[in-house]
Amino acid sequence: MRLVVDLNRCQGYAQCAFLAPDVFTMHGDEALMYDPLADDAQRENVRKAADACPVKAITLDYEDLGAADGKAGASRVG
Amino acid sequence: MSVDGYLETFRREGRIVVVGASLAGLRAAEALRAEGFQGTLTMVGDEPHDPYDRPPLSKQVLLGKVPADHTLLARRRPIDAQWRLGAAATGLDLAARRVQLADGDAIDYDRLLITTGVRARPWPHELEADLDGVCVLRTRDDAVRLHHRLTAGPRRVLVIGAGFTGSEIASACRERGLPVTVAERGPAPLVGALGGVVGEVAAELQRAHGVDLRCGVQVTGLEGDSAGRVRKAHFSDGTAVEADVVVIALGATRNTEWLADSGLGAGPRGIACDAGCRAFDVRGIVTDDVFVAGDVARSPHPLFGYQFLSLEHWGNAVAQAETAAHNMVSGSADRRPHLWMPSFWSAQFGVNIKSVGVPPMGEQIMVTQGSLAEQRFTAAYGYQGRVIAAVTFDQAKWLDFYERQIEQAAPFPPEFTTVDRRTEGLQPVPAGFPDPSLPSHGPTITLSGHSPTDRRISFTPRRA
Ligand SMILES: Cc1cc2nc3c(=O)[nH]c(=O)nc-3n(C[C@H](O)[C@H](O)[C@H](O)COP(=O)(O)OP(=O)(O)OC[C@H]3O[C@@H](n4cnc5c(N)ncnc54)[C@H](O)[C@@H]3O)c2cc1C
Ligand code: SF4
Repeated sequence: MRLVVDLNRCQGYAQCAFLAPDVFTMHGDEALMYDPLADDAQRENVRKAADACPVKAITLDYEDLGAADGKAGASRVG
Repeated sequence: MSVDGYLETFRREGRIVVVGASLAGLRAAEALRAEGFQGTLTMVGDEPHDPYDRPPLSKQVLLGKVPADHTLLARRRPIDAQWRLGAAATGLDLAARRVQLADGDAIDYDRLLITTGVRARPWPHELEADLDGVCVLRTRDDAVRLHHRLTAGPRRVLVIGAGFTGSEIASACRERGLPVTVAERGPAPLVGALGGVVGEVAAELQRAHGVDLRCGVQVTGLEGDSAGRVRKAHFSDGTAVEADVVVIALGATRNTEWLADSGLGAGPRGIACDAGCRAFDVRGIVTDDVFVAGDVARSPHPLFGYQFLSLEHWGNAVAQAETAAHNMVSGSADRRPHLWMPSFWSAQFGVNIKSVGVPPMGEQIMVTQGSLAEQRFTAAYGYQGRVIAAVTFDQAKWLDFYERQIEQAAPFPPEFTTVDRRTEGLQPVPAGFPDPSLPSHGPTITLSGHSPTDRRISFTPRRA
């Protein structure tokens, strides 16, 4: 599953690193590093992390939000 | 035909072409669909990959924590586009509204968005640049190559240019236990972006992490062995260093060559646009069907004296793309200005560095919280008696407050009291920015005056 963190917004509170430690890790005291293509097995953890982020800095791919209208695969031509 | 009628038809069945299929291009495409654009959308990109994110390339990817192909950007919504990936745009015919592609095809548009960004400035000496082991870092393919080199265990890496990218590369090398030399023509790392006072802290950070940091020197030549592999670099102070990987991190050049004869106001500093992201033509007249966003744009900002700013910032690419998309499908009364507060982050040597506003405008700097010596602090920049920017080292949580200070043009030196104010923060001191006409590593914010017409400038490193 794809995700992206807006690190301008992120304040390094590390909630995500507690909830999905395989995807989000703190580098030093405050810098966040994450895997933008998390293993599908992490889906629940990543969703929890995105919900828990106090500044809503974590964006999940729309396909992982379950709110998609239409299939992305079909739209990605070429 | 009424203009409103045109807009409605355009929104329903118009043709939009986006040239540059990266962060700004993708976010604009998503915003166009979110705004209800139902016409044809074509995404032209010269890289073969789907849009991916660049900031991880010099961080997670170089550290080997995340493979380069994990960086594809998360999508906000389906965009139902025709993709022309691996196809460079080579020309633009403003009158015919047509984009020419390298493969001979041409695509007609009703409205065009240009998001061609920047590329790494290459080593100016071509033969030396071709030596095996000389690298740059801008694209995912660059990152794969550099990561490969680092994994092979070079005896020493030389990074030329200590801007954000160069410093992050050096940081990754040290974390991987590789010996690294950093050569910077300015007096300190990050000096173009954050000034000399903060640059000194960055220098301390590098040295404390074992970087062989050499400031105030230029690399005058790269030397190869008989097999064409780089082996040595010579410096302007007469010294030399042996290195088998050399990373050129001398900032970026705007991808505007393809617009050279188009009549658009495009040059080496980018494409000038108005606050609504509409491109200027060479006559200084604003177009109404060509829009610009992201690293390639230079746009006037009311908070900063209406100077044209070029921002090589991730957040700017996203925000400007959204504004451009909105304005492309809106009537003039409904358009919005791009008033984004410049914001940037960097992670290096375990420290989270963030800034808001335009530090290079700062005449003075004052450490308002924490301590430079502890490498954990917040500092405000002042310009003509007001707060113009702020930077934090591992104190990101305070930045929102300074952002509001900048928006309100709050007085500088700051009148408020802050927690953790130290003696060093009692007086403002000169911020220590170098002469901007002498770019070294390239700042990530370029102030380029009040004229939409680009002065032709070129950067030629002095050779010894
Ligand atoms: C290694 C690295 C680390 C970074 N770290 C940070 C960070 O920590 N914080 C931060 O705020 N920012 C960071 N940035 C900057 C950030 O990535 C950029 O601001 C952002 O990518 C800009 O997006 P863009 O879409 O405007 O331009 P780009 O991402 O440069 O995309 C432009 C695209 O257009 C394509 N193109 C160019 N010419 C043509 C043509 N003629 N025809 C077709 N396609 C063309 C290019 O190949 C490219 O794919 C970093 C950048 C790099 C390279
Ligand atoms: S929870 Fe949000 S603010 Fe905290 S570290 Fe994660 S992304 Fe950043």
